Amino acid sequence: MTQCIRMGVIMYAILTLITGVLYPLVVTGVSQVLFHDQANGSVVMRGETAIGSSLIGQSFDDPRYFWGRPSATSPAYNGAGSSGSNLGPINPALLDAVAERVKTVRAAHPTQTGPVPGDLVTASASGLDPHISPAAAQYQIDRVANSRGLSKEQVTGLVAAHTESRTFGVLGEPRVNVLELNLALDAAQRP
Amino acid sequence: MTANAWMQFALYFAVLLLAVKPLGLYMARVYQGRLFGPESRLGKCEAWIYRLAGVNPSEETGWKRYAVEALMFNLVGLLAVYALQRFQGALPLNPQKLPGVGPDSSFNTAVSFASNTNWQGYGGESTMSYLTQMVGLSVQNFLSAATGMAVLVAFVRGLSRNSAATIGNFWVDLTRSTIYILLPLSTVLALALVSQGVVQSFAEYKVVSVVDPIANADGSSVTEQTLPLGPAASQIAIKQLGTNGGGFFNVNSAHPFENPTPLSNFLQVLSILLIPAALCFTFGELVDDRRQGWAILAVMLVIFVPLLIACQLSEQAGNPKLAALGVEQTASATQSGGNMEGKETRYGIVNSTLWATATTAASNGSVNSMHDSFTPLGGLVPMWLMQLGEVVFGGVGSGLYGMLAFAIIAVFISGLMVGRTPEYLGKKIEAYEMKMASLVVLIPCFVVLTGTAIAVLGPGLEYHAADTSELKGNLNNPGAHGFSEVLYAFTSAGNNNGSAFAGLSANVPFYNLALGIAMLIARYWLIIPTLAIAGSLAAKKVSPVGLGTLPTHTPLFVAMLVGVVVIVGALTYVPALALGPIVEQLMMTQ
Repeated sequence: MTQCIRMGVIMYAILTLITGVLYPLVVTGVSQVLFHDQANGSVVMRGETAIGSSLIGQSFDDPRYFWGRPSATSPAYNGAGSSGSNLGPINPALLDAVAERVKTVRAAHPTQTGPVPGDLVTASASGLDPHISPAAAQYQIDRVANSRGLSKEQVTGLVAAHTESRTFGVLGEPRVNVLELNLALDAAQRP
Repeated sequence: MTANAWMQFALYFAVLLLAVKPLGLYMARVYQGRLFGPESRLGKCEAWIYRLAGVNPSEETGWKRYAVEALMFNLVGLLAVYALQRFQGALPLNPQKLPGVGPDSSFNTAVSFASNTNWQGYGGESTMSYLTQMVGLSVQNFLSAATGMAVLVAFVRGLSRNSAATIGNFWVDLTRSTIYILLPLSTVLALALVSQGVVQSFAEYKVVSVVDPIANADGSSVTEQTLPLGPAASQIAIKQLGTNGGGFFNVNSAHPFENPTPLSNFLQVLSILLIPAALCFTFGELVDDRRQGWAILAVMLVIFVPLLIACQLSEQAGNPKLAALGVEQTASATQSGGNMEGKETRYGIVNSTLWATATTAASNGSVNSMHDSFTPLGGLVPMWLMQLGEVVFGGVGSGLYGMLAFAIIAVFISGLMVGRTPEYLGKKIEAYEMKMASLVVLIPCFVVLTGTAIAVLGPGLEYHAADTSELKGNLNNPGAHGFSEVLYAFTSAGNNNGSAFAGLSANVPFYNLALGIAMLIARYWLIIPTLAIAGSLAAKKVSPVGLGTLPTHTPLFVAMLVGVVVIVGALTYVPALALGPIVEQLMMTQ
C-alpha cells in the first residue's frame, strides 16, 4: 500500500511538471513569438492610447455611436466579470427588461417601423459580445447619420466595410464589430 | 431549419467522422505499445518516467489492484488541488492578489476537476490565481481524462482476453494517454486557438480606456475597462479535448477571449466529440473486430442527431413571448433570428445548439451560450442527453465504458427474448456482470433524483449570505424554470458533465457539498463496478461464434441498444422533466 501511495505521488509530481508547467510554458513561449498581439488580448490602439480590445465589446449609449447588445454584467461590459443574464424564457424579469429595451430602441429610431432585431434587445451570453448582427447595424444607420451630420450613404458604406461574413462562407454568423465600426466613424470625422 | 444550419451541421459531422479512423487507429497502437518503442526518443522519455516512479511497466495487475491505483492517484490529485486553492494567496503567480478560496468551494472544485466533471461554482477570472489554474486545474484536466481512458482500455482488455488474470498496468495506460494522446493534440489546438485570439500570457490584467464612458449606478463615470489575461489557451485546449469543460473565465467558451471566432468555435466543438468518437474505433481495433466499434458509434449518432435537430428547431423558433413585444426572431441573411437571449452574435443559433448538444452528449460541460436562457424544449435536450448517463459519446473513456455496460444489458435482454445464452464478444454474460452493469446504469439515476428531491425540499432553495447573513434565494428564476435549475445541477454533477443552468447560486455550502458528493459517487462508484466486470470477463474463456450467437455489429443490435439507452433514460426522467421544462413549454406557448 505504501508503495502504491509513493508511486501515485511521484507520478502525480512528474505529470504535473509535464502538463502543468512545461506544457503551458511552451505554449506561452511559442504564442508570444508567433501570435504576439492575439496572445495579449488583441488590443486596439488609437494613437498612443490602448482604447480597447477588438474582441471585447464596450458599452455605447451616445446617439453618435452604434450601440452594442445589452450586457448582463455590472456595470455593463465589465471585462473583469463576464456573465449572462441566465433569465429563463418566461421569467417576468426578462420580459420586462426586453419590453423596456424595445421602448428605448424604438424611441431612439423614429424612422424604423418594423420589429426590432432580436440581438439588439437581448443580453449576450458573455456580457462582452463585441458584435451585432448586420440587421441591428442597419437599423441604427439613420440615427447615427443624423446625429453626426453625415450622409446616410457614408455611414452605410462604413457599416458594409465592417460587416464580416461567415468564415469560409459557412461557419458562424454574419456580424459587425461595434467598437471597430465606431472607431472608424470617429476617424472619418476627424478634421 | 435554414440551409446554412444544415451545412454547418453536415460539415461538422463530416470532419468528425473523417478523423475517427486515423485517430482511433493511432490510439489503439499507442495502447498496444506498438508505437514509440523503447529505443525511440519518446519511448526513452516514457521509460524514464517509470524508472523515477518505481513502476515496472511490464508488470500487469488484476482488476482490484488496478482500481486501487486509479483511486489512489485521483485522491492525490484531489488533495493537491484542494491545498493549492486554500493557499493560493500566499503562493506565486498571483498578479491579481486573489485570496485563498473557502473550504466548501475548494472541496467542490477539487472533486469537480478530479472527477472529470469540471462543474464550476466559482468565476475563474475573479477567484483563481494563474498558479491554481495552471498547476492545479489544468493538470487535472489532463489526468482525469487520462484516468477515464485508462479504465476504458482496461475494460476492453477484459473483453478481449482469454482466461486471463490481469487487465493491464494503470500507470502505463495513464502515462501513455497523457503524453502520446492528450498532450500533442492539446499543444496543436492551443496554438491554433491563440492564432484566433485566445489569450496566453502571464501578465496581469490589462486596463484600457473606453471610447464612450458610461454612467455608473452611483453616478460615477466608467472610463476604463479591464481585459482579463492569463495562460488561457493551454487550458482551454485540454478542457475541450479531455471532455473536462471547466472554463478559464466565468462564462466559459462564450467569453470572447476563450472563444473569439467562428473558426475557434468549430475547432473547440470538434474537440468535444473527437476523442470519444475515435475511441469507438480504438475499441473495435483492440477487440480485433472493427465492426463492433462502428456499431457503437452508430448507436451514439442515432441518438445524438435527432436531439441536435430538436434543439435547433426549438431555439430557432424563438420565444413567442418576445415576438409579442415586437422583437424580430425570423432568420434572414442579416441576422440569425431565434432565441438570442444568452447567445453570442458570432455563433447565432446554429453554433449555440450544436455546442449545447455536443457538450452534454459528451460529458464535457463547457458552454458557448447560457443554457439557462434556452427555450424550455431547447434546454430539455441538453438535460436529457446528460440523463441518458453520459454514454452518447460521454466522457473520454468513461462514455464508452458506460455504453459498453448498456451493451451488456442489451445483450442480456435480447438473450432473454430469443432464449439464447447472452454473450458479448464471445464472453458469457452472467449474473455477476449483470449486477455490476446495473450498478453502472442505476447509480447516476439514483444520485440525480435523490439529490434534486432533497434540494427542493428546502435546503437548496435559500441560503444566508456569507458576509451579511441576509437570507437569499438560490434560484434565479421563478416557477417551473427554478425547478429546472436544480434538476439540471444534480443531473450535471450526477453524470460528471459540469455544465449548468448558471442562474442557480451554487457557490454556497449546501450545493458545494451535495454536488461534490454527487460527483464523487458518479465517478468512482462507476469506475469500481466497471473494473469488476473487466476482471470477471478477462478470466472467462472466449467461446467460439456459433449458430446460437447473437451478432452485436448488426443494425438489429444497434436498434436494440438505442432502445435500451433511450427507454431507461425516458422511464427514469420523464416525470421529473414534466415538472420542469415540459410545464414551462406549455406556459410559454399558451
